[in-house]
Amino acid sequence: MEKTWNNRAWFLVLPVLLLVAFSAIIPLMTVVNYSVQDTFGNNVFFWAGLDWFQELLHSPRFWQALARNLVFSGIILAIEVPLGILIALNMPKAGWGVPVCLVLMALPLLIPWNVVGMIWQVFGRVDIGLLGKTLSLLGVDYNYVQDPVDAWITIIVMDVWHWTSLVVLLCYAGLVSIPDAYYQAAKIDGASGWSVFRYIQLPKMHRVLLIAVLLRFMDSFMIYTEPFVITGGGPGNETTFLSIDLVKMAVGQFDLGPAAAMSLVYFLIVMLVSWVFYTVMTNYGQES
Amino acid sequence: MARIDLDHVRHSYLRNPVKDADFALKEVHQSFEDGGAYALLGPSGCGKTSLLNIISGLLQPSRGRLLFDDQDVTALSPEQRNIAQVFQFPVIYDTMTVYDNLAFPLRNRGFSEPDVDRRVRETLEMIDLSDRADKKARGLTADQKQKISLGRGLVRSDVNAILFDEPLTVIDPHMKWVLRSQLKQLHKRFGYTMVYVTHDQTEALTFADTVVVMYEGEIVQIGTPSELFERPSHTFVGYFIGSPGMNVLPVEIDGSVARLGTQSIALPGAVKSSGAVKTELGVRPEYVRLGREGLPVTIRAVEDIGRHKIVRATLEGRELAAIVPEHGEIPAEPHVIFDPKGINIYADSWRQELVA
Repeated sequence: MEKTWNNRAWFLVLPVLLLVAFSAIIPLMTVVNYSVQDTFGNNVFFWAGLDWFQELLHSPRFWQALARNLVFSGIILAIEVPLGILIALNMPKAGWGVPVCLVLMALPLLIPWNVVGMIWQVFGRVDIGLLGKTLSLLGVDYNYVQDPVDAWITIIVMDVWHWTSLVVLLCYAGLVSIPDAYYQAAKIDGASGWSVFRYIQLPKMHRVLLIAVLLRFMDSFMIYTEPFVITGGGPGNETTFLSIDLVKMAVGQFDLGPAAAMSLVYFLIVMLVSWVFYTVMTNYGQES
Repeated sequence: MARIDLDHVRHSYLRNPVKDADFALKEVHQSFEDGGAYALLGPSGCGKTSLLNIISGLLQPSRGRLLFDDQDVTALSPEQRNIAQVFQFPVIYDTMTVYDNLAFPLRNRGFSEPDVDRRVRETLEMIDLSDRADKKARGLTADQKQKISLGRGLVRSDVNAILFDEPLTVIDPHMKWVLRSQLKQLHKRFGYTMVYVTHDQTEALTFADTVVVMYEGEIVQIGTPSELFERPSHTFVGYFIGSPGMNVLPVEIDGSVARLGTQSIALPGAVKSSGAVKTELGVRPEYVRLGREGLPVTIRAVEDIGRHKIVRATLEGRELAAIVPEHGEIPAEPHVIFDPKGINIYADSWRQELVA
């Protein structure tokens, strides 16, 4: 049979290409476009080359915000992942407790970000907040508006409260998929509780943990709404994360060029770190 | 190695079992001799896995005791009972090497490393996986994984028994045969007490010296494969073993004559009147002779399965299967005769001895 060679098959991918173009490629290219130009408004642009990138990489403000982001994500992962695993291990596997626990766990996930911010903003206030007031009555010197450490603690506790359940739910899904025979065999082999965790539960949770770590890293690294609502980036710049800084620059100061350059660097960092996590975690234990 | 005694063991998954029907495992009072190869055969849900898990200690029986060599082990944990169990789906520790998988139960029991090494190497030899000792266990095929599950039991050379819970379910047909003969070899060489749960009669009959047939939570017959075939003590055994299964016909007994509708069948002996509600005559297709004399039948179908033919016929409105040799004649006006030595009489499903 004669085969016809042409490129008409490309028409078949056209719809999805258009969709991706409008939702991702064109906006991204707009940002790239801004990042190499300067403007004084009125839609007049000047070519700026890589100047904005150079300026960004030499700006202490950027590096400080980046450091805050990395520290924040590090703390979040270090708390939420082990805590999530621990809670998932202790959740009931059968009976009426299962739906109760699942609903309780899902509740924080259903609350919009800015509402979570508002809840904790009020909760922690020294004058009227249940937490802030109680702490100050107990004689604890707590004030997230003035003390950077208190501000950080508040945001971290809030994030743990908001997002640990995501890790819990993912781990729980991994745990319940382990067949009973594994636990029975472990009993017969005389395995300790730790061995069961280390050699059965953890390997079986490996895939979902990868997803949990990736999601929690990306989300915490891009955190914006909650600290914006609670502290507005303060006191000083102590809780000014990259995203907050970016919005200040783009919307507040209308510095489109530098903001675009920063967006791209920000985007690349998230991709790079996620790629590292993904590679490390999928390769772990694969070599034979 | 040990002799295993089940002393009036019953088990229910309900908290407060009262009626007989509450028990998943009705009373089992049975011994497994030291070094014997037993098969527990029965359909799904007959209680065979429950029985196995009671022996291994994964399940605490609701009633009764379990003895290993006359020692009561009912309260002991699976680890303390020192048994090995191979499950339906291979259980391996994915992240460990084959070697570490086998070493795991020994290390958990605090064996010294030189001891562990010696035993693991011996076992690897036995299960034929020496060349893969340092490979990760996850990359292996299903039958190799199943061998590792078995190996984790064999490393403890003093195991009291090796229990198998339908271990060949996920294995390819060819490897099934290979593994089964390797198991038989291990049994011959080392004399382990083995209990093998299966719903596959071929597996049970080829593996075991003694087959225990279970049905609805009780043991209905214990015997050698030929005993199960020749003298099924319960109509269920008749149906379940053999292909096709035994013909079971409702009859009325009158001394040494069984009446089926308008036909009479002479029995090799008389049946003691037992006052049973339901009397049946069981005869395997192998003992039904097709010819020109005897009871008239109508033939519905003939299945040629190679070495012989299965004739599906109707006798007095009842289905009847007969086995005819490959070149056996099928007469135009077919009749059947039951070979007297193949005739069994059942009262309320249980076999009755005939008095000559």
